[in-house]
Amino acid sequence: MLTKRIIACLDVDGGRVVKGVQFLNLRDAGDPAELAMAHSQGGADEIVLLDISATAERRQTLLETVRRTARELFIPFTVGGGVRTLDDASAVFDAGADKVSINSAALSDPGLITCIAQRFGSQAVIVAIDAKRGDGGVAYQAFAGGGRKPSGRDAAAWAREAESRGAGEILLTSMDRDGTGNGFDCQLTRSISDGVRIPVIASGGAGSAGHFVEVFQKGHADAALAASILHYRVTELADLKQELAAAGIPVRWPC
Amino acid sequence: MTIAIVDYGAGNLTSVKKALDWLGQVAVITSDAEQVARAEKLIVPGVGHFAATRALHSSGLKDAIDAALGRGTPFLGICLGMQWMFASSTEAPEVAGLGVFSGECVHFPADVKSPHVGWNRLQLSGDGRLLREIPAESFVYFTHSYRVPPVEQTVATCEYGGTFSAVVERDHLFGVQFHPEKSGPVGIKLLRNFCELKC
Repeated sequence: MLTKRIIACLDVDGGRVVKGVQFLNLRDAGDPAELAMAHSQGGADEIVLLDISATAERRQTLLETVRRTARELFIPFTVGGGVRTLDDASAVFDAGADKVSINSAALSDPGLITCIAQRFGSQAVIVAIDAKRGDGGVAYQAFAGGGRKPSGRDAAAWAREAESRGAGEILLTSMDRDGTGNGFDCQLTRSISDGVRIPVIASGGAGSAGHFVEVFQKGHADAALAASILHYRVTELADLKQELAAAGIPVRWPC
Repeated sequence: MTIAIVDYGAGNLTSVKKALDWLGQVAVITSDAEQVARAEKLIVPGVGHFAATRALHSSGLKDAIDAALGRGTPFLGICLGMQWMFASSTEAPEVAGLGVFSGECVHFPADVKSPHVGWNRLQLSGDGRLLREIPAESFVYFTHSYRVPPVEQTVATCEYGGTFSAVVERDHLFGVQFHPEKSGPVGIKLLRNFCELKC
């Protein structure tokens, strides 16, 4: 049986892993390569590295960090942040990433999704959607620029368009829940997941193992992202996976 | 001892190379037919549409691969590369596969989400050299929308929308539907088994 994935997320700024609460108040959490390896050995099913300041400061993704992190990592590795063109994506793949995550650039140029998918395959393209509840006259609005710029697009409609343009997965972040530890937005996750046939990765709000059980059972997520809950050792991956297994969720455990 | 990773424009081959580097192997990513013909082992990876394999025919790479296989060169097809080892795929019926295994690659049924993305279990169904010392029910990482039903040469299967071939093996010919380069220690062990084959 296909298992539900737990994806360890490293938010990187200036070559260091940071984690903010609702996109602000950053705290230092360590070296990306070391943390990626530790999570991989600890049972993470994938690693996502998001260069959170790349878009804002219009600089290239930290290719050297990607290269260093990828070198001895033999589980799927996704890189996002600052990927604006096919050339940007190519450079990230050359540095060792298996998938790129695109957000702002896809909103302003949806053709980029198709362009990368045709060259590298749909499995290599994740469209990240930062969604905020009850904003802009739609149920959930998609935001660009690291949550700073409202796009005017309905998140569910955008997810379906991304799928039709060749996205292989959707990485869905609830801006309302991000960093709060109050649990995933299961309603949002379910509304997106039930509308597409590609996998949906839920993100934002994980504070306990029970929240992961909820987002798989009620939110219909295919995978879930974990960041601060892992970095500060609030929950060990082993404990998380055991609790998921005990709740009847199929997980890769023991690895 | 050179392993040729055959590049025919179907996706990113860096991860396969990286895993072989880590195993201490001399591997080159190449689209040069002569280099492919001379290699001591061949790996054909690949992701995306079956039609992409047409490039193997038009570039002369298929002839080089045929010649190498005729001499008994060990061959590993990964994902689309494994599918190409079969006769055909409904994804691109007009494109012929390598045809070293008989069978056709077909889409997952409509009642399961497709693509099949993530970690799933191997059910070992034979005594393969590629799977030597790999525990039964190991998890490996898949990402694909088409698959090959079990055939005589299937040595491991996987369950998703029915049973399909996860590993096929005959003599010096090996195919894996999943990505060993992304399947943690299990995948690395499988690649090591391939690298250590005596031909």
